[in-house]
Formats: sequence, C-alpha cells, structure tokens
Amino acid sequence: MRKFTDEHEWLDCAGDVATVGITTHAAEQLGDLVFIELPKVGAKLTKGEAAAVVESVKAASDVYAPVSGEVTEVNEAAVADPSSVGADPQGAGWLYRIRLDDPASLDGLMDEAAYAEFAK
Amino acid sequence: MSPDVARTPLHALHLRHGGRMVPFAGYAMPVQYPAGLLKEHLHTRAQAGLFDVSHMGQIRLTPRSGDLDDAARALETLLPIDVLGLKPGRQRYGLLLDGSGGIRDDLMVAHCGDSLFLVVNAANKAADEAYLRAHLSDICEVTVLARALVALQGPGAEEVLARLAPEVAEMRFMDVRMLGLLGTSAIVTRSGYTGEDGFEISVPEDRAEALAEALLSDPAVLPIGLGARDSLRLEAGLCLHGNDIDPGTDPVEAGLSWAIPKVRRRGGARAGGFPGAGRILDALEAGPARRRVGLAPDGPTPVRAGAPLFADETGAAVGQVTSGGFGPSLQAPIAMGYLPAALAAPGTRVFAEVRGKRLAVTVAGLPFVPAGFKRT
Repeated sequence: MRKFTDEHEWLDCAGDVATVGITTHAAEQLGDLVFIELPKVGAKLTKGEAAAVVESVKAASDVYAPVSGEVTEVNEAAVADPSSVGADPQGAGWLYRIRLDDPASLDGLMDEAAYAEFAK
Repeated sequence: MSPDVARTPLHALHLRHGGRMVPFAGYAMPVQYPAGLLKEHLHTRAQAGLFDVSHMGQIRLTPRSGDLDDAARALETLLPIDVLGLKPGRQRYGLLLDGSGGIRDDLMVAHCGDSLFLVVNAANKAADEAYLRAHLSDICEVTVLARALVALQGPGAEEVLARLAPEVAEMRFMDVRMLGLLGTSAIVTRSGYTGEDGFEISVPEDRAEALAEALLSDPAVLPIGLGARDSLRLEAGLCLHGNDIDPGTDPVEAGLSWAIPKVRRRGGARAGGFPGAGRILDALEAGPARRRVGLAPDGPTPVRAGAPLFADETGAAVGQVTSGGFGPSLQAPIAMGYLPAALAAPGTRVFAEVRGKRLAVTVAGLPFVPAGFKRT
C-alpha cells in the first residue's frame, strides 16, 4: 500500500524494501527538473537526512530520507533524463529503493486520502 | 502572500493566464505560467515573450531651465557615462556609483527630447528616487511615473509590435520613441534583458491590460515569468543587481568598463566628476584585481549563487559564484562569478564547491548565447 510523507514523498513497500519518489504535487511545485542526484547503492540513510537532490532551472531541493535503511537500487533512467521524474513522478519517475531498518517505520505515514487533504 | 505585497496593473491578467505568483521586490509577480520555465525560455528565444516589468522604477528628470543639457550635466555628476552626448531618441546603459565606486544600481537613461527617462531596478527604486531628489532637485524636477512597463522580447517581437505600431520597425537597438499605441501614448525603447531583440513599452497603468492582451492575442507571443527572465539574462551574460553587482563591486571588476566612455576617463573632456571617480579611473588604468567571469561546469550539476570557487581541489576559496543555474538554450548548467584576474581567462579550469564536493568548472566567455540585437 502506498504511503505519503509530509515532505511530499511517496513510498511503496514490498516486503522490507520500499520504493521512494516525490509526489505529483511536489513535482508540480518544483517545475521542470534539469538535474537529479541520487544516493549510492549501499548507502545507509537515516530518516530525515538529505538523501537525494532534485534541481529545477531555478533551485536545488533536497529530498529527505522518509525512513532509515540501506539503499538497494537507484533509478538511473531518472538521472539520465530528469524530465522523466516530472512527467511521471509517482510511476516511472521513482528515485530509489531502500531496505527498511524497521518495517514499522511506515506506520505513522499518511495514506493517499490523508495526503491529498494535507497537500491542499 | 502577505497583504503588504503590492500588485502591478497586470495582476488580474497574470491570474487569468495561470501565473504562479511569488513575492519579488515587494510585488506579487508571476514566476512562471502553465507552459513552464523551460518552454517559456525557449519560446522567447524562438518567437516572442511578454514580460510584466511594471515593478521596475520609471523616473523622469525634467530640467527646471528648460535646457536638457542642464539635466544631462547634473546626471553626469552621479553616473560615469556620457549623458550630454546622448542624442534625442537614444538610450544608454549606466551605473549609479557610491563614493567608493561601488555600484548602487544599474539603469537605463533615455533622451526623450524635453526630459530624461530613467528605468531603475525594482528593489532599488525607492532609494534611487531619494538619491536623485537629494542630488538633482536644484536642477531637475524628479518625477516617479505611475506607468506600467512591459517587455516584448524575442526574434518575433518586431513583427508582433509592428502590427500595432508600424514605425517600431524603423527603430534600432537602444532607440527610444514616443508612440501612439492602442490610442494611448507609449514610451517605447528597443532594448531588454534577455539578449534578444525586443522592446520595453511604458504605458499609463489603466492601459496596460489592453496592451498586454493585444500582444498576447498574437499566436507568436507567450506570457513569460520571472524564472525564465532570470535564465534568459544569465545566458545573455547580463548582470542582476544584488547578485552579480552591488555596492561591494565596481564597474571595472564587473566587466562593465565599456559603459564608461573615453570622455569621462582620464584625458577626456569631462573626465571624472562622478562618485568614486578616483578609484574607478585608477582601476581602469591598473586593471582589476578580480573579474566577473562566465563559468561552465564540466559536469551536469548546476552551480548556484553563493558557491565558493577554488583554484584547485585543496586550497582556500579564491572567489564566489554570484548567479548560477541551468541554461535551457544550452541544455547545460551555467553560472557567473568573480575570480582573481590571474584565473579569469576563458578556458581556465577552477573548482566550485557544491554540497561539500569540489566540481570542475571552466571559465567561459560571456555571453553564453549570442545577442540578437538589431544594431543597424
């Protein structure tokens, strides 16, 4: 089930691995993306630290780790073509996958309806 | 948005066209429209873009004597440019300097026959008005004009504007004319802030919306926000006051010596006589210790304002980026900043620090994108 954070990220969890991306709302606010920097596979992330950077023409924005864990895969296609994240942020434009230190860390996150309300 | 943010006469138009409004220099301004920054930028370079620049200051200097030379001589005490030699119907770029030669503001000065017409930066307009009043009021009436200002920029600008006023086709770069436009009196200059051919058009506030809608009704024209305005001017190598030039920089190190003509330099008929003249005239002869340069990052990572610059991968900072981002026409990151003169030659490899890493950057000539001005 897809979860959302108040930092405008989404997570899809399969077993103990979550796929992470930015929300459609976040992508619209950022505007055309021209550069993306992702964590290295194997990197250990702590919840709240800057895990990735997405840059528009105007500005660079940090994407914070929504949970703690180890990066297992990154979306190289998004790095090669940053516009693909803006085109499909909640699908093909995912950013990275992370093995959760604690699967219960998703419990406090929002579901889609709660996020839609939050992002209004 | 805070209620003390002012609105331009085109506020309703921006909302109608889907502009995303942000506070800028005390005004609610559109940062982009639904087309998005990249498309707005590329459209301006390919066809024509319409910019609301009504937040900028428009100031008229009218000589009390009726002799415009009196106003020109008075203004020359504040600017290192040739105002006396400015012909009717022509405009010139100038710099307001402080006592140490620092740049208070940059502006345009146009000769409108019986008066001088100045366009100054939005963030400085109150300070500029007070400064001009304090120094020029004995000689000139200083009037802040309550007028809207729009810029029509791009290779298609002439064709679009000529449908409303055919005589604009006869204007060349840096000409100014008073024209009848949709039944109102417009001050039109052939200039802008994008590196493209184009016009800036000053009209009474209550006529701005009709003019802007008439221009936007042309299929060649898109409304353009502040975001693309910034990326266009950066590609064109143009300074943003407050970023690339400020009271801590002088015209010589900023690469703006071209704006100081021979007549105001040592040996010229009206040498010196402007604030900071001693320091500036010395610097013109000795050369600056540091220079404003173009910077092309070797990799894909944008290098932004504030990033420190280094001569190598280990030493202390030697300079700083003052503007930086992504150049949509180049599809690559670009920046400007200051480096010691010894490192300022195009082709020199330096390093910029981004998120704790030193990235290779090559000094580049400016502008990044050739200008499209109609000079002849």
